[in-house]
Amino acid sequence: MAARNPYEVLGVKREATADDIRKTYRALAKKHHPDLNPGNKQAEALFKEISAAYDLLSDADKRAKFDRGEIDEAGNEKPRAYAYQDFAEGAPGAKYRTSAENMSPEDLDDLFSFFGRGGFGQGGARGGEGATIRIRGGDRQYALTVDFLDSVNGAKQRLELAPGKSLDVTIPAGVRDGQVLRLAGQGSPGLGGGPAGDALIEIRVAPHALFRREGDDILLDLPVTLGEAVLGGRVTVPTPSGAVTMTVPPHSNTGTVLRLRGKGVAGRGDELVTLKVVLPSDADGELDAFVKDWAAKHPYDPRKGMRP
Amino acid sequence: MIALDALLRQVRGLDAGELEQWIEARWVRPERLASGYVFHEIDVARVHLIVELRHELLVDADSMPVILNLLDQVYALRSRLKSVAAAIKALPPETQALIREQLKD
Repeated sequence: MAARNPYEVLGVKREATADDIRKTYRALAKKHHPDLNPGNKQAEALFKEISAAYDLLSDADKRAKFDRGEIDEAGNEKPRAYAYQDFAEGAPGAKYRTSAENMSPEDLDDLFSFFGRGGFGQGGARGGEGATIRIRGGDRQYALTVDFLDSVNGAKQRLELAPGKSLDVTIPAGVRDGQVLRLAGQGSPGLGGGPAGDALIEIRVAPHALFRREGDDILLDLPVTLGEAVLGGRVTVPTPSGAVTMTVPPHSNTGTVLRLRGKGVAGRGDELVTLKVVLPSDADGELDAFVKDWAAKHPYDPRKGMRP
Repeated sequence: MIALDALLRQVRGLDAGELEQWIEARWVRPERLASGYVFHEIDVARVHLIVELRHELLVDADSMPVILNLLDQVYALRSRLKSVAAAIKALPPETQALIREQLKD
């Protein structure tokens, strides 16, 4: 059984004084004490709960810890739900890290002199045996969130590499969630005249209110009126490249899927439109009267196949 | 990643006006999409951190930029140090041994 909030168990307010809590506890304890309720398992369990709650709330230190959310109802230490340092040193932390991220060549000189390897000059570095060392700069990792429609249609988006340093990234049409773009030469500078590393940009696609994506197809649920479903008709349908007109054939049910060719991702896939028949929202006596009359004349059983 | 209202629900004791100021001051840097702010895990963790510093350790608003700046520098250095360590690990074992030798003091 999950422990209940100790304030609820005792039935006191969060701001109750130590005195209030003591009084309430005594009253409850008198009522539910197992020795005064022999054989009553419920009272015994309740008394245990009350004692545990009082144990926690009567200890000013424990009570404060509970109020701050550091321990749970049972008095156990809660693991911290997050830790900034878990993220700060990884790829997502790049946007917060300051100056040290852009280390100057002098800093690197310091770093390497620290390892007793001599400094790196303009024309290249001296290695242990007098050879010139040219080192390619490291790759840098970034994350970039793009709007759903930008991921489908392609776009340009600014990415902040470090404070004051940004890059316009061309989002290719059809980019997928989790795909990594490599921008050559946009990583860390090389050493001793070596080439710069690359920027690796992990794309995250934000969800869209209407569209979903499956492979290169776009999925859309389209509400239609009762009239459009029964009689058919022309309806306007949103697609990632703008609205188009589509013909709904007569007698189209909820769940009918219509295909708009070439209206998928980057011209490759299709848009699959799933119809959803929507009745008028306000009560309509005329519709009710008509359906009552019609249904009596045309009985049918759509659940025929469901009988066990 | 979560939106602004989800974040406000998730972090106890955080109000919208305060968070707006933090974003304004660039203490927190969510992504700004057409549909509104998007907070990544790191942004959420950072908001938690600032809430703790501000509300529990009672760091005042004027000192906060200094503390965040120093923290960001520490993490930048740690990140840099990690890549140096990774670079050393990629070297031949005898070179690594030399480096270890040099660092022994």
